[in-house]
Amino acid sequence: MSTNVLLFYLFAAVIVVFSILTVSSRKILRAATFLLFVLIATSAFYFMLRYTFLAAAQLTLYAGGIVVLIIFSILLTSHIGQKFDKIGFKKAFFSALVALFGAIMSIVAILQFDFPPTVASSTEELPVKEVGRSLMNYGEGGFVLPFEVISILLLAAMFAAIVIAKKKKD
Amino acid sequence: MIQGIPIIHFLIVATIMFFVGVYGFLVRRNLITILMSIELMLNSVNINFVVFNKYLYPDQLQGHFFSLFVIAVAAAEADVAIAIIINVYRRFNDINVEDVSDMKY
Repeated sequence: MSTNVLLFYLFAAVIVVFSILTVSSRKILRAATFLLFVLIATSAFYFMLRYTFLAAAQLTLYAGGIVVLIIFSILLTSHIGQKFDKIGFKKAFFSALVALFGAIMSIVAILQFDFPPTVASSTEELPVKEVGRSLMNYGEGGFVLPFEVISILLLAAMFAAIVIAKKKKD
Repeated sequence: MIQGIPIIHFLIVATIMFFVGVYGFLVRRNLITILMSIELMLNSVNINFVVFNKYLYPDQLQGHFFSLFVIAVAAAEADVAIAIIINVYRRFNDINVEDVSDMKY
């Protein structure tokens, strides 16, 4: 068994275990920390697939940005050490049933689907130069329009966050 | 592609992650934990996009860029959601979805 295969199963186990802990932990700060582990393992997947730029973006934006934002808002709105109430058995049972049913249905569909043959690709990493050229290209295979739309969206989200969270004068 | 790992294994991991997120979304009562479940779901979909791109069409980059844009949208979404949560906390002194039942006081 090569190191790649071993590492894949290690990260897959990390993702599964810590995502379950994220939704079941009764302390909110711990749940946020477990979410951080899940996001870092996902970034490791991207590194293994040789999309290094995407992996770096995942690390900085998700693991570095969003989780810190979530932890900040936890500190602002919750008491540390406070535990959630136990979930009622009925609600937990039916929610688990829904999730389990959906997961089994999806996995059966995946197993039965006839995927086109896997194309052998190079193990070289995707050069960042190519990423930049594609983002700025307006011809075939270029993404300049979504790139610009995203920039407007981020600006709008920034304004929205400031306006909503601002203290109103009475 | 990763030598020795079929595409199905990635997809199964992403499926499990997605439905764990669905379970958390249904069960949790705190607004921030609901937001965390949504992040889990978005993340699992990102894995699918990237894996399809790498395994089936490695000479194109659509999946790669789509996940990049999804990450940006998720950042914007978390940003606005947390602003709303802080505002709700200011008004109701609590962020349980059951206590925040009226839109206007």
